[in-house]
Amino acid sequence: MDYLPAAAPIVRLIEELNKLPGVGPKTAQRLAYHLIRTPAEEVSSLAQAIAAIKEQVVFCSQCQNITDINPCVICTDARRDAAQICVVEQPLDVLALEKTHIFKGMYHVLHGAISPINGVGPGDLKVQELVDRIAKGGVDEIILATNPSLEGEATATYVQRQIGGTMVRITRLARGLPAGIDLEYADEVTLSRALAGRQEFD
Amino acid sequence: MGDSTMPVDQRKLYKTEALVLRHMPMGEADRLVTLLTPRYGKVRAVAKGVRRIKSRMGGTLEQLTRINALIRRGRNLDTISQAETLASNLPLRENLWKTTCGMFMAELVDKFTQEGEESSGIYAHLCESLDALGSGTDPEMVLCHFQLGLLLLTGFQPELRRCVSCGMSLKPTANFFSHSPGGVICPTCRPEHPSARPLSLSALKLLRLVAAGDLQASSRVRIPKELAVELGGLLRQYMRHVLEQDLKSTEFLDLLRREGR
Repeated sequence: MDYLPAAAPIVRLIEELNKLPGVGPKTAQRLAYHLIRTPAEEVSSLAQAIAAIKEQVVFCSQCQNITDINPCVICTDARRDAAQICVVEQPLDVLALEKTHIFKGMYHVLHGAISPINGVGPGDLKVQELVDRIAKGGVDEIILATNPSLEGEATATYVQRQIGGTMVRITRLARGLPAGIDLEYADEVTLSRALAGRQEFD
Repeated sequence: MGDSTMPVDQRKLYKTEALVLRHMPMGEADRLVTLLTPRYGKVRAVAKGVRRIKSRMGGTLEQLTRINALIRRGRNLDTISQAETLASNLPLRENLWKTTCGMFMAELVDKFTQEGEESSGIYAHLCESLDALGSGTDPEMVLCHFQLGLLLLTGFQPELRRCVSCGMSLKPTANFFSHSPGGVICPTCRPEHPSARPLSLSALKLLRLVAAGDLQASSRVRIPKELAVELGGLLRQYMRHVLEQDLKSTEFLDLLRREGR
């Protein structure tokens, strides 16, 4: 065949869609042909929404979270306690913590965890930004809220080392049993940490 | 059930001991876990829903954990249907340097093993080395022992007794090491092998000790920092030559070494 089986713009769209995570060649084709049948205004609205991600979304200069206003709404909120910084791996972790309505401090998003086996080192994360932020002063406590996984722990330990020399108090989220589970199914690491972190019952 | 009369390797469900080498997120809450098993070699299997907080397997399928698993064979990927912890290697997890050493070993094993290829020797070697890492043995010693053992098990052990070029017994002096014939080069043959790197006598002695003995015998030896750097560099270059690719975890390993671990 010396001609393309589909029009060149469609082939191009299929190729682009195919690059997205979880989208295989068949799904990409279906999406592309769906978009052809979609009204022009809806398609351009989608195109604008995609383009806006790169044009309007930036990293917050303070907490490194993804935002469209710099500094972000959390960092500029005067009611929040700037002396407390909660360090998390991903922007989604900020959303999860915000849902608790308990934490009133600031955040710092590392954008990943140290993962030697995947070639992710401290240089790929926003660790230095955190160190610089603490050096500016006014911070009393750093709450390390990285995932309680091997990589999250490695990241927490590394961050702790980097800021260890400062007078800032460093805490780590408690690790233990999630609400509503059966104790018999808890793994030994979780159980031993829950035992170690047990609290007075009153 | 009829299952028991089938050849073992075709059964739908199989039970195996395994070590979690690595995992990556997949879909909404699943994980694609790479396991090393003694009998089936490397196995890549999906663990469904383990990223959810109420998952019963999440903690069990952490990296460097030794587990008992029940795995269901699938058309493309297998699925882990049950898993329980045999050894969580807790002391290893609480120390950044040891954790990184463990991840480095896991990456090496991941690169050296194949799916569906019996690997009981490598499995036992990795378990033993992780145990040693968790106990008091000097991690540099464990790394050195682990790498040489892995090379031996996969048929890449370097020659440490004779010069690989002329075949003469080595003299107790500073020699050279060349990764391309895979062994020590004596000073006389050195001009023919310009890429060979210097190998100090103490490094050669240590390599021989580790290559010959078991880990327990050599575990009391503490490796001085310069020697660790020399051996680390030598083994890295040799591994790179054998695997024909760079290892990803060495960068962070080196960073910690520079920072005094």
